[in-house]
Amino acid sequence: MNGFLTSPVLWVTLSLLFYVGAMRIYRVVGTPLLHPVLLTIAALIAVLTVLEIDYETYNEGGRIISFFLGPSVVALGVPLAERIRELRRQAPALVATVVAGSAVGVVSAVLPLLLVGAGESIIISLAPKSVTTPIAMSVAERGGGEPSLTAAFVVMTGIFGAVVGPIVLRIVGVRDRVAFGFALGAASHGIGTARALENGRTEGAAGSLAICLNGIATSILTPPILALLFWLWPV
Amino acid sequence: MTLLDRGVVLSHSFGHDNMFGGLAILLLFLAIGELLAALLVPLPGNVIGMILLTGALLSGRLTVASVKRASDLLLDNLAFLFVPPGVGIMVHASTIADSWAIIAAAIVASTLIVIVFVGTLQQRLGRVGRAQEDEGEM
Repeated sequence: MNGFLTSPVLWVTLSLLFYVGAMRIYRVVGTPLLHPVLLTIAALIAVLTVLEIDYETYNEGGRIISFFLGPSVVALGVPLAERIRELRRQAPALVATVVAGSAVGVVSAVLPLLLVGAGESIIISLAPKSVTTPIAMSVAERGGGEPSLTAAFVVMTGIFGAVVGPIVLRIVGVRDRVAFGFALGAASHGIGTARALENGRTEGAAGSLAICLNGIATSILTPPILALLFWLWPV
Repeated sequence: MTLLDRGVVLSHSFGHDNMFGGLAILLLFLAIGELLAALLVPLPGNVIGMILLTGALLSGRLTVASVKRASDLLLDNLAFLFVPPGVGIMVHASTIADSWAIIAAAIVASTLIVIVFVGTLQQRLGRVGRAQEDEGEM
């Protein structure tokens, strides 16, 4: 029985089953607040806690799943190439915007924590929060952060931006369809882009371009920005 | 099967819309990216792999069709792939117990700032770009 409870087969299977169930619930309820990833994670943690199984044991199955995050990031090259062809006319503006937006995102996320003196590992883990999860986790890991914290922060950022972003964009007068999708993708990655796609194909295309470009920009900019901020506000 | 036969079968599956061929191409670019990351490029290997794949697709050295099925499978289900790292929060929940309020505040503030900044800047720059293009066309 113990062997069964600690086998990768059980945990890969349960991860899949819970995710399928969470997708069903999400489709019925239809709010990003009950994002299927959050539901699945919560359900798995509850089961692991009740059965007193530690994360290391779960992750022997889990790492089989998360291995495919690596090729998934590479796969982003497909929508990136397609969107570059599609939005070529606006490319210089989009690249300039995303580079500036990436820096603004990292600094504005990290600054409050630096000022109150939070732990270095938490700060590094939060820095890439606007980028798609697998890239954010790589950026955090390379900088000395904790990838699983990053995953949680990224999902929270995505949900918050997808719920509030469209309202805020309307208030500040952003009517341009590309700018609307691009802002949601740059701030809230895949979850924001899924919301942008509800408004139309142009918004969705701009959002997925933002995910890829912001991933590149943030993985280049985060290490020097963090080095500068840690120099200004030593922890 | 001779080595040559295998090569033919492999290239055959590369050329067509094949799931495993596509996966092999993605993993090959990932491996090259990891190698470059270990040697000289200060970027995550997966991001280097993405940039190289984009270059190969835009230059026409690789067709979108050859990787489309594998990349769609991965990207359509991307959220599921970060469930296991997300479960890892159970180990680290205690480390953020003291600072969850400031973290939540930082996420809320920073997300709003990025959305407003990127949205308004792109709307303005996009308008300038299109105006210049229109002038150029006249």
